[in-house]
Amino acid sequence: MEQYVSLLIRAVFVENMALTLFLGMCTFLAVSKKVKTSMGLGVAVIVVLGISVPVNQVIFTVILAPGALAWAGFPDADLSFLSFLTFIGVIAALVQILEMTLDKFFPALYNALGIFLPLITVNCAIFGGVAFAVQREYNFTESIVYGIGSGIGWAIAIVLLAAVREKLKYADMPDGIRGLGSVFMIAGLMALGFQSFTGVQL
Amino acid sequence: MADTKEMKKALFGPIVDSNPIALHVLGICSALAITTKLETALVMSLALTAVCAFSNLFISLIRNQIPSSVRIIIQMTIIASLVIVVDQILKAFSYEISKQLSVFVGLIITNCIVMGRAEAYAMKSPPTMSFLDGIGNGLGYSFILIVIGTVKELLGFGTLLGFEILPLVQNGGWYTGNGLLILPFSSFILIGLMIWAIRVARPEQVEPKE
Repeated sequence: MEQYVSLLIRAVFVENMALTLFLGMCTFLAVSKKVKTSMGLGVAVIVVLGISVPVNQVIFTVILAPGALAWAGFPDADLSFLSFLTFIGVIAALVQILEMTLDKFFPALYNALGIFLPLITVNCAIFGGVAFAVQREYNFTESIVYGIGSGIGWAIAIVLLAAVREKLKYADMPDGIRGLGSVFMIAGLMALGFQSFTGVQL
Repeated sequence: MADTKEMKKALFGPIVDSNPIALHVLGICSALAITTKLETALVMSLALTAVCAFSNLFISLIRNQIPSSVRIIIQMTIIASLVIVVDQILKAFSYEISKQLSVFVGLIITNCIVMGRAEAYAMKSPPTMSFLDGIGNGLGYSFILIVIGTVKELLGFGTLLGFEILPLVQNGGWYTGNGLLILPFSSFILIGLMIWAIRVARPEQVEPKE
């Protein structure tokens, strides 16, 4: 049990998806204008990561890993070079299914998430989470914990950034740095803050 | 057939005038994470330019056959296949660098530049122009990566591509490496400064006041 708690803490803070690994940056910078929308996006990322990391982990160990096809009579097969293609396919399919389910059963949530759901397919945080989980050879439970934890970390980061940006609306900045330039600087300072977690041993 | 002027615009426009990173906020993740050394930045730029150019070419070639409802999946499949090729080539010819890049080669698939150009340009333009547009956007990305990689490696480690330029104090020289620049977060600040510089040079990119 203890190992899962420390894995969760590590995924949320020490290896924060957005601010220490710099994954999912495009959406992180582009969709963080309002706290409300970024909260919705954050929840969507938690859900998609929490599902797609364990699913891809299972697919990798059962089908793609070297020697994994022994149960089907191909003990020498090594399909791991196909992993990128399968990961992205599975993620795209999952997002599509999630979108349809939400549309049918939770229309309010679906409308709130709107355009963000399909965008999540190309969010590198999801792909990065899947790739890291497979690279580090997490088992099934670990990958669930890792998926949800890294999703929470990303959500925290984007909500914090959005909060800072809402306040900065009233700041009078030089022309060239207004907008995108300032967002980069803020994100840089936030990342500096998250650097302080690096030394934490769990 | 497009004339030379248009081709030039597709090829060189994205470097400063419509830079994918500085103006369109595309493809940031890898730009931030792997620019600590100039060498990795160069390899990454090369890989991305190749993938972007060829995915644009192939998608443009079959653009009239793609039903619009499944176009995202088709684009993804083409891009993912190209990335697998790049990954295998890197593993075969420069294993060390492919280890350093780790998952970031795979992340080219979800790099919004490739996807964005496929969707915005290659779906409605002829193959030659799309190919040039892919190379152009790759160059725009490379421009940012190479500048950041150079600054960070030169001022952080005192080297360029592993050769010593500014002799470090530890090795009996005079230069003290700037430890802050070695940390990955400094790329944020550097890209922010670059955006500022580009917008001072090109005032039409300045965002309007809210």
